[in-house]
Amino acid sequence: MMLSVTPQHFLILSFLLVGIGFLGLLIRRNVLLMLMSLELMLNGINVALLTFSRVGSNLDGGIFVFFIMTVAAAEVAVGLALLVALYKKRNSVLSDDMGLLKN
Amino acid sequence: MVFSRHPVSAAMFMIVSLVGVAALFVLLESFFLAILQVLVYAGAVMVLFLFIIMLLDVGPEAGKGKLSHFKTGIFGLLATVLLVGVLLTLGNSYDSLALDQSIWPELSESKDGASHSLPFSTKVSSFGYGLMTKYMLPIQVSGFMLLAAMVGVIILSKKTPDREDLK
Repeated sequence: MMLSVTPQHFLILSFLLVGIGFLGLLIRRNVLLMLMSLELMLNGINVALLTFSRVGSNLDGGIFVFFIMTVAAAEVAVGLALLVALYKKRNSVLSDDMGLLKN
Repeated sequence: MVFSRHPVSAAMFMIVSLVGVAALFVLLESFFLAILQVLVYAGAVMVLFLFIIMLLDVGPEAGKGKLSHFKTGIFGLLATVLLVGVLLTLGNSYDSLALDQSIWPELSESKDGASHSLPFSTKVSSFGYGLMTKYMLPIQVSGFMLLAAMVGVIILSKKTPDREDLK
């Protein structure tokens, strides 16, 4: 075969993307950056799905990638609108300042 | 991307990684999804992110509280250990699987798309066929979800002067 890239490479990169996204979700306190990390995790899942779809010669994984993109776009729109509404109330985008029930 | 404190530079790195994922999709021979990735993510989502970043005028994160930083450090270490473990596991199983050279199956671009199992294809028409036959209900549900998201965002961002009465 002409390709020396195996599905393992794609899967390792997919795990890396999900892991980096999870790490960013944990270490960032800005909610905007946390949303961006969520997007990164979804991208990693997309890479894994498409790899398995290609290996298994089945288009269902590709169609699921399509749906995940749709859901991610809607999620970003709603999340950013919530964030703007929260910013109007609290004047902050840090997750530390959002513990309404804590005190 | 996750290590840059400034949101704008984080968004720029994010765009780079999204375009990289689109290139991977090209490498996996699904060109339609690569185009969609660039259009949707790099075109719409990241523009929305940058718009909100500049609208709210968020700067880099300032100094952090001691306790929460400690906690997040522990969880970050945990995530790193998990990641390295997964990588090692995949790396160990690498040799046995990589020898099989026929692991990327050949694409069969047959003219009849009427088979029920939806074979992998680079054509956009097979995507459309799959979406319109097997995934008819999910695509309608996702359409309604987009509509609901749109209405929800409009309601959320609408100015309500009588919201003070509700409080």
